[in-house]
Amino acid sequence: MTRRFLIGVLLTPLVLAACSSTPTEEGSAGVEDRQVGATSAVASGSPAEALLAEIRNPNHPAHQRSIYFDFDRYEIKPEYQTLVVAHAQVMAKYPQVKVLIQGNADERGSREYNLALGQKRAEAVKRALVALGVAETRIEAVSLGEEKPVCTERSESCYAQNRRADILYEGEF
Amino acid sequence: MVWLRNPKGKMMQRAAAKSWQWGVAGLLAIGLFLWASVARAQLAIEITGASGRQIAVAVPYLVGEESLPQAVTEVVRQDLARSALFRLVDVGLMRLPEDLPPDFAALASRGAEAALAGSVVAAGGGDWEVRVRLFDTVRRTELVGRALRVNASQLRWAGHRIADLIYEALTGTPGYFTTRLAYVVKSGNRYELKVSEYDGSHAVTALASPEPIISPAWSPDGRRLAYVSFEHKKPVIYIHEVATGQRRVAANFRGSNSAPAWSPDGQRLAVTLTQDGISQIYVIDLALNRAFRVSRSGMIDTEPVFSPDGQWLYFTSDRGGSPQIYRMPATGGEAQRITFEGSYNVSPDIARDGKGLTYISRIDGRFRVVYQDLQTNQRQVLTDTERDESPAFAPNGKMIVYATEVGGRGVLAAVSTDGRVRLRLSAAGGDVREPAWGVLPQ
Repeated sequence: MTRRFLIGVLLTPLVLAACSSTPTEEGSAGVEDRQVGATSAVASGSPAEALLAEIRNPNHPAHQRSIYFDFDRYEIKPEYQTLVVAHAQVMAKYPQVKVLIQGNADERGSREYNLALGQKRAEAVKRALVALGVAETRIEAVSLGEEKPVCTERSESCYAQNRRADILYEGEF
Repeated sequence: MVWLRNPKGKMMQRAAAKSWQWGVAGLLAIGLFLWASVARAQLAIEITGASGRQIAVAVPYLVGEESLPQAVTEVVRQDLARSALFRLVDVGLMRLPEDLPPDFAALASRGAEAALAGSVVAAGGGDWEVRVRLFDTVRRTELVGRALRVNASQLRWAGHRIADLIYEALTGTPGYFTTRLAYVVKSGNRYELKVSEYDGSHAVTALASPEPIISPAWSPDGRRLAYVSFEHKKPVIYIHEVATGQRRVAANFRGSNSAPAWSPDGQRLAVTLTQDGISQIYVIDLALNRAFRVSRSGMIDTEPVFSPDGQWLYFTSDRGGSPQIYRMPATGGEAQRITFEGSYNVSPDIARDGKGLTYISRIDGRFRVVYQDLQTNQRQVLTDTERDESPAFAPNGKMIVYATEVGGRGVLAAVSTDGRVRLRLSAAGGDVREPAWGVLPQ
């Protein structure tokens, strides 16, 4: 319990530092708050570990992590509303656990423009979660653009799998 | 590397070339042939198009060149041939000492409009002095002369430098043979940021990573590369000192950090950040280490690039319903649309004279390199490939390097801004992409 409290105290300044730069037009550059290539191990008995253990169950409504989008579209389709609500509920149950949403795009066209498209998908999921009551400061929306495809064939079904946003929890990023 | 005085001066008259030079010609021929074979194995450019009229140039071996561990003129000939602006005239084993007037009539009879004369002499300390003069064989005048003092590791550079002199003397535009490329090679799950000679050859790895690297951009002084790395599970911008390998984070804000572009003075970096939700353009003052938001569209704004005078930012935006290229003042303000044809125009780059724009345009479902004259706004499609990306001007503005795909593999190619010369750069490795064309550090 003491350890968990300490981690919370240690993480708070980082979260606040990240937030403070969000709404202003200025911010300090060169802020590096993670280790290179870090996939932080989750402390035994931590809320993040409990959350991950819970949704690892294939029958859990938040077991799926991916939300798929239509070509050139960024709104969450009705069939994914249930999944987003399920994740919002998990996030409400474990309010300390941080969330990373990674948006993706298919490979056609400019890498940088695709990065911006992936960002729009990640932001759409973030906004939906915030609308469902999740604290905005817990969620970071980022884009991987076309750089991390799950499917590399050149077919419409493959492109569709890459137009996607994934929900990751603390310990997975 | 030391620049010596220009040896241009009154030519000494001599009765005849030294006959011993021709006496050893047979032996030399074998050695030169071997040299040439080695050099050819590194040939990295293939010419798939041709220019209009080519200038005929004779580049004989230099007097004393066989004392070098590597043939300098072989590099010169390759560079000139690859530019496709020149036709090399075969002069066999002819040697032209730079301190003698060449046999203009003999050169002209072989069709040479220009000829390189020169010699190599030991300069002490393991160095050599490479002296060259370029002659116009029609007007019978000297065009340019230079002496370069080099060591064994600078011989390729010396060849590129001489090719630059010839290119500039005969075309009026500085050459690009001493410039460098940066690009990314993906092999399996390994990503390498490479720095090479202008043709993609002789690459060294600046950074290897298990996560993607994109959007390298050279600093104007040729010393640093800014790029985007995904090693944090999100895009973060780094600045990397090429000579030392030292790097630092330039932007790691909440959200994504991407699309770095240097200001012409090297003091600022235009970037795309998402800290307010959607991708918007910011300028980071590198001395203050602070980011200032410059675009406020509420739509996607990305891929910024400074105009050469530093006054404007050209960028991609979908504010008009499809991605198009716009420009706005570099401190922010109202944007003007620059591209109107087609529904997908992205990835702008500006020539250093500020007169030309290149970008990728989707035409009938194919992504192609376009050159647009910024004064007349006329545009010309330069390529006929399907998946072109990331066009970047050579420092002299005459060539554009870009990534494309051949046989399912990413390769680099270059095209002249008039579309007449197209070259393939076969940088070694799996999938080659994301080229950036920079100058040598001064």
